[in-house]
Amino acid sequence: MQSLTQRAKSVDRSPLSWLEKIYVWNIFKGMLITFSHIFKKKVTIQYPEQTRPFSPVFRGLHVLNRDEEGRERCTACGLCAVACPAEAITMEAAERLPGEENLYREEKYAARYEINMLRCIFCGLCEEACPKDAVYLSETFAPANYSRKSFIYGKPDLLIPDPVTKPEEYKEAKGLIEKKKKSKS
Amino acid sequence: MNILALDWAFAIEKMVLIAIVISVSLVIAMYATYAERKVAGFIQDRHGPNRAGPFGLLQPLADGLKLFFKEEVIPNHSNKWLFVLGPCLAMLTAMMTSAIIPWGGTVEIGGRMIDLQIADINIGILYVFGVVSMGVYGIMIGGWASNNKFSLMAALRGASQAISYELAMGLSLIALLMLTGSLSLKTIVEQQISGNWWNIVYQPLGFFIFFVCALAECNRAPFDLPEAESELNMGYHQEYSSMKLGFFLFAEYINMFISCAIIATLFFGGYDMPFVDETKLSGMTALLTGVAALFGKTFILIFVFMWIRWTLPRFRYDQLMNLGWKGLIPLALLNMVVTAAIALYTMK
Repeated sequence: MQSLTQRAKSVDRSPLSWLEKIYVWNIFKGMLITFSHIFKKKVTIQYPEQTRPFSPVFRGLHVLNRDEEGRERCTACGLCAVACPAEAITMEAAERLPGEENLYREEKYAARYEINMLRCIFCGLCEEACPKDAVYLSETFAPANYSRKSFIYGKPDLLIPDPVTKPEEYKEAKGLIEKKKKSKS
Repeated sequence: MNILALDWAFAIEKMVLIAIVISVSLVIAMYATYAERKVAGFIQDRHGPNRAGPFGLLQPLADGLKLFFKEEVIPNHSNKWLFVLGPCLAMLTAMMTSAIIPWGGTVEIGGRMIDLQIADINIGILYVFGVVSMGVYGIMIGGWASNNKFSLMAALRGASQAISYELAMGLSLIALLMLTGSLSLKTIVEQQISGNWWNIVYQPLGFFIFFVCALAECNRAPFDLPEAESELNMGYHQEYSSMKLGFFLFAEYINMFISCAIIATLFFGGYDMPFVDETKLSGMTALLTGVAALFGKTFILIFVFMWIRWTLPRFRYDQLMNLGWKGLIPLALLNMVVTAAIALYTMK
């Protein structure tokens, strides 16, 4: 019979020899194999200290972006909510009042912006739908929690730190992974 | 007052020795659990426990603490008295065997010759066998008192295994005793020290049989059917929780340590440091090298026990019985007859 893969090995079905029948020698060989494994490289990733690197296109927790001056980019157009196949995004729009120009980039902004991380399937369609470059998927995943409610992330959880007032944190959040983990734990 | 005529110094000496031996074997059993997990980890390309303390050295303490804080469940319909007695007996018999092992030579302290052996009884080996057989009671009582079919079946399994392998173990030892001519462990060790070779050279087959049987007696893999977690639904300790379960598991590790010490004593020269002439050393150094030698041998043997456990799969029950009755016992008998013939031939 033709084998399906190159790696197929035929099994030796010949009757056991006397040496094989008493097993001792084969047990000894097996023990040598396990002994050699003692000196092999460990495959463990020591989790909190080491993390497995994600690919650059990894789609993790969402980030609401700000522009260079620290103003929120989101205009609450609702395209992300429409694009979302899991219906995880809810938002409420509000009008920018005079004097809030330093907070919001355009005249309309999202007063409430919530993503239910239990519904979210991390497909990234919101990111693609956004015309304002406001929502991004980062390289972190949602940390474990005790209640369902805590998985509904509001604006304070999602917004990236202000680049003007907190430049280091902003930079760190741009680098992403570690920062997100700490703010959630 | 006859009781006051007791040799008090002797009594105190023995008390101290007992306390030391028991605490040492407890600590070693404790760290045997740690070593077991480390060895398992290394063999499986993992790290093993490494979070509690440096290198995970506090892991046994954490485990013990966890067991103490667990809820203690005594099943409603169980026989409570026997239910508690089971793990106690297991622990007791595990400890009792250590009484006759010579842990080191003799040293003179304050004009007294002090033996590093709790009791040098002339039927040492028989005593070991007697106590080890009593270990079966721990299993049987524990399994029976749980009032649970699975526990009972597992206890029967464990008991029949222990009894079957004790037979081959005894037969393999008879051959050794023919050569030594003494049942006292101290004498056996002294013979090995004064003679050229350790007993393993004269009795390789006997050692092999004894070793396999020791694995079975300690319920170690590949003979750990009494506690087969996955396929046989745990074992005789299925209904046990908290520290009573801990006692059963702990007793097993003490058994392992003690049986390794006995193997080292019988076949590997006990406290005989290889390539060193003890008679040329001063009292205390000789004693300490002796103790170090015995513990070194014991630890190597414990490592081999663990190594085997993490290499081999478990036997099926019929395979276990086949090996015991049709494999080891005839082999041990053959070994005995051949040894007897050679001993007769050389002695005349």
